[in-house]
This record gives sequence, structure tokens and C-alpha cells, in this order.
Amino acid sequence: MAVKTYLEAITDGLRECLKADPDVFLMGEDIGVFGGAFKVTKGLFEEFGPERVMDTPISEAGFVGAGIGAALCGLRPVVEMQFSDFISCCFNQIVNVAATIHYRWGGKVPLTIRCPSGGGVRGGPFHSQSPEGWFMHTPGLYVVCPATPYDAKGLLVSSIRNNNPVLFFEHKWLYRRLKEDIPDGLYEVPLGVADIAREGTDVSVIAYGSCVAHALDAAEGLEKDGISIEVVDLRTLVPLDKEAILNTVKKTSRAVVAYEDHIVAGPGSEVCSILANEGFEYLDAPVERVAGLQTPIPYAPVLEDTYLPSPQKIAEAVRRVAAF
Amino acid sequence: MAKKTAAKSKSTAWSPKAEYLLTKEQAKEVYYYMRLNRSVEERAAALYRQGKIVGGCYSSTGNEAVSVATAYALEKRDFFVPLLRNFGGHLVRGQTPFHIFSQYLGRTTSPTRAKDCNVHLGNIKLKIPGIISHLSAYMPLACGIALACKKRGLDSVVINYIGNGGANVGEFHEALNLAGVWRLPFVLIIENNQYAYSTPNTAQYACQDLIDRAPGYGIEGAKIDGTDAFTVYGTTKWAIERARAGHGPYIIQTETMRMRGHAEHDGFEYVPKSMIEAWKKKDPLNKMVQTLKTEKIMTEKEIQATDQKIQDLIERDVEKALAAPLPDPEEVTQGVFADQTTENFFFN
Repeated sequence: MAVKTYLEAITDGLRECLKADPDVFLMGEDIGVFGGAFKVTKGLFEEFGPERVMDTPISEAGFVGAGIGAALCGLRPVVEMQFSDFISCCFNQIVNVAATIHYRWGGKVPLTIRCPSGGGVRGGPFHSQSPEGWFMHTPGLYVVCPATPYDAKGLLVSSIRNNNPVLFFEHKWLYRRLKEDIPDGLYEVPLGVADIAREGTDVSVIAYGSCVAHALDAAEGLEKDGISIEVVDLRTLVPLDKEAILNTVKKTSRAVVAYEDHIVAGPGSEVCSILANEGFEYLDAPVERVAGLQTPIPYAPVLEDTYLPSPQKIAEAVRRVAAF
Repeated sequence: MAKKTAAKSKSTAWSPKAEYLLTKEQAKEVYYYMRLNRSVEERAAALYRQGKIVGGCYSSTGNEAVSVATAYALEKRDFFVPLLRNFGGHLVRGQTPFHIFSQYLGRTTSPTRAKDCNVHLGNIKLKIPGIISHLSAYMPLACGIALACKKRGLDSVVINYIGNGGANVGEFHEALNLAGVWRLPFVLIIENNQYAYSTPNTAQYACQDLIDRAPGYGIEGAKIDGTDAFTVYGTTKWAIERARAGHGPYIIQTETMRMRGHAEHDGFEYVPKSMIEAWKKKDPLNKMVQTLKTEKIMTEKEIQATDQKIQDLIERDVEKALAAPLPDPEEVTQGVFADQTTENFFFN
């Protein structure tokens, strides 16, 4: 066991997978010699060499497509997007090639694409995106959004071992903010199983990624005002733990869904739809969403802070729902 | 990383161990597949006109020498990543008319179980990736297979195809750049058939020839007559063995004409009739038949017997395909995700 940040936990997961399986290799811009834009792959080039940790040209469609081809052969490429925002450069490769291969002709694509995503770092419109909604919507892809260091490592191991294309959205705002005592060596967190980050009785806050931390931040203040929230960390958007979503509202009868992706048709909208359809009889109040605004992500700190979900916004939504 | 001056001297220093000529037996086989290619497509076009094939029906009429002879130059351990006018290559690599008609007729006996259509005839057992409709989208994938071969120390080569239209899509450039930077065992055939749907090459790109782009990627290449199966085979075999020996990627631009429309629904009135007439004189099948006779490889009688065998095979396979089962509606939701077994990876 050792205390690791969310970022170090991911490094650990990569190292352990590289050690355990010679078919695993990394590709990405500046990940080798430089150790990665965020230093997630620091030390891996020195330890495993240029064949296992490849510095690529700036060609997202090219090297993601190459990852698909290598995966078809049985290798396990782990591709890094320098920022999740650049995933749109290889959108065709992901949604039309990787996602449809097994359905159409039975090929297997054990490809993992790691995406440093999310805002709060003053990166502006193209270094702050949370694009998970596009990929939750696309059949044939797994979408993973860890909210803790323990989950970041365990979910990464599961993602790399999975024989399907997995989009792994690691939240860059969480990289150095979260620290946790985590096991050494290899361990898995299963895909498709949500976690109860905090038990509660009055309102369910169903969230993933950075919004789990925001909800937990809001919990104490709400507790003092007599509102006990249950925070459900979805962990993975695909597969989605529908049972966990319904079980929590069975318990509390009220829900706030929080996600950083744009609000319209974002991942939380699917959660709301499930609640409206299959959780209807449990609900005593309308379901609220706290999400990224339906705008491009602005740069100026005051604008970005207005754009982003926050503990305050979650608390306000919880209070409205609790008072209904 | 050391700059690439070494690559140039290596490739000019490389000399093949043998001249890459088709033997007489091989020439007979190449003819067989070329005739099969054309006859299968003629039969499919007829089924389309009868309304039995729905959606789209594509042909490679005029491309048979390229389609067949390039694939024929591969060894079993090499990989074939086609484009859309490569049924000749599919047949060389083990697909059958029955597979093709099952696919076109939407039967579960298709290697895609009719989940995909017409030329997207992926076949996991034969390790043929089923393309998507977006052109050049499979070029990075083909490079990835080549990368995997290199990583595993296999001496396999990957052949891939693109057209004179598809060569202008973004992934073409990214893939070739990777092939050059990573020195991949990758041979690209640029099938120049003069038109991309209704667009002639003058509206498609500004360079004189697409092969002019090769040095831009640090790759060598050549332009050849795509209507002559012997030339196509020899050049492709040379490029494949060169890649196998570690001398990196190669690009071959083949010159042919698309003798039918983009697909069967297209009457291709935009192509000048004189152009079609001129290229008819270079028909790859007629050329092949001429050569077989003049080189005394096959007699007229033997050629006719082969053609008849092919017709009989096609008729049997059409009947089999028409009698094969349609998919169950429940199959719609099956197969979206792969299981965790290690079956069906290309390196098994």
C-alpha cells in the first residue's frame, strides 16, 4: 500500500500493466522522453523503452487507427490523447471503425484511449472539454470515468484487460487534488458497477468524475442543515449501473444528477430518463440536473467558474429538491 | 531520433533474390481469379437489376488485374486490407462467390451475418478486415497491423488500397506519414481509375500524379500499368518482399479505368464515351487471354472450359445463397461487444 495522487495511481496502473503483459504498449504525443504533458507516463520510457512507450507524430486519426489495427492482432495499445479535446480529431476512427468492428465482422479491439479531460484549469475551450457524452451515445464503446485514485488505477487495469474499445476519461482537475492509500501491484475495479461514495437518506446525488468530489464537498454543509445526501459514483457510463441508479432513489425518493459535460443530451440526461421511466413510482420530487452549461467552455476564470458545476450549485439543487 | 538518409541508400541497394514473374501455373490461377472476379460481379449486377440485391451494388470492372494480381503476390502470413473494388483480392484470399452472394443477399451465411453490406465483406476467419464506407479510414488500421507485425518480430507484410479520390481524405496523409516515420512493412496500392464517383482527377488533386506525394512521406513508389496482370504482380511482389526484408513501406500507383459507374445505380454519363472506348482496348481480361494464348499457357478450349467452370460455380453459389436463411430480427442486438476469450485475434 502507498499514498498516491489520482495521477500517480494512473501511472501505477500503466506500469503494472506494462510489467504484467508484454502485449501492452503505449502511444501518444510527448509521452515517452518527456513523460507526458501532465507527467502521467513519467519514468515509463526509461523503464520499458521506446517500443513499449511510443512518441507519436501529431496524428490522432493516424495513431488511434493504428491502435485499432494493432488491437485486432491481439496487442493491447493504450493511447493517450494529450487533452480529451483532441479526441474530435480521431472521431471517425473511434465511432465508425473501433466501435463497429465486432458488430459487423467479429474482430476484437482491445484498445484503451486515455483522455485527460475536464475544466477548472483555465485551459479555455479546447483544453477543458468533457466529451464523454458523444461516446456514451455511440454503441460499441465502453466509457469509464474514475472519480478516485483507487478507482483510477483499478478501472484502468480493467479497461486495458477488456477486449473492447474503452474510452478512459481521467479528470485533470482531480490529478493532483485527490490522494489516497492504494494497493501496490495489480487490482481491478469491475466495469459497470457504481459505488456509494457517501451513504445518505434524503436526496441522491448521482454523479461521475469531478462531480463526485463536488457532491462530497457539499455534503457536510447540507448535513448541518439537516439534509443527508447519498452520493452515487457511477464510475462507468458504459456499462451503466442501472440498478444502482434505481436503488438509490428507492431509498431517498429524490435525485440530483451532476455531470461536467454540457447539459443538453449529456450523460446525466440518460440517468434522468431512466429515473423518469423506471424510477417514476419512487420519486417524490422532480429530478434536477447540475451540469456544464450549454455553451463552449470560456476562458476567463469568472466565466469558467460560472460554466462549471460546483459544490454550491449541487447544494442549491439538493435544497430545491429536498424542499419540494 | 537519427534522420532518414540511411533509408534511401538501403532501398536502392536492395536487390530481389529472383525476378518476380508469374510461372505458367500461376498465370492460369491469376486468370481464373480475374475471370471469377468479373463473372461474380456481372451476376451480382443482374441480381441488383432484378431487385434481389438491395441498397448498393459495386463493381471493379477494369480493375481485375490490380485486384487479383496484387493479392496474389501475398504470402499466407501477410495481411490484406482491401478497399471497395477488391473482390478479386477477396477471392484470392479465400472468400467465395457464396460468401459474396450471401453478403449481397443479406443472408446469415455471409461472414458478417448480414450485419454489413456489399463490399464491406469482413471475414474474421480469413483475417480480412471489413471496411467502412469512409475512404482512407482503414489506412491507419492497416498501418497498425504492420506495426503489430514489427513489434512481434513477424516478417509479415500488410497490403492496403486507396483510390484516386480517397487519396485526398485526411487519414491517407496521417497513415502514410506514420508508415514512413515508423518504417512499416506496408505496401499501398493507389488504384487510379480516373474518376471518383463523378469527379475527374483534374478536380480532385493538384499534383501531376498521386505517386508524386510519396517523397513527401519519406516513402518510395512507382506508377505502373494496372491493366497488365504480369506487371502488377511483378511490381507488387517486389515491393512486398522489399518490405519483408525490412526496407520499409512502398507505394504503387496503378493506372486503370473505372469501366462502370461508381455503383450500379450510376449511369456514368459524365465520362466521355471516347474515354471508355479507348480503355476497352486495354481490358485486363482480354489482355490476359491474349497473353495466355500467345505464350501457349492455355489453349482456347482450356480457357473456355475454365470460363464454364466459373459460370457453373457461380450458378451453384447463387442458388445456395438464395436458399440460405435470413437473419432473425433478434440478431439486431447481438454482437455489439466482444467477449473476453482470446479467440479471433489476427495473431492466433
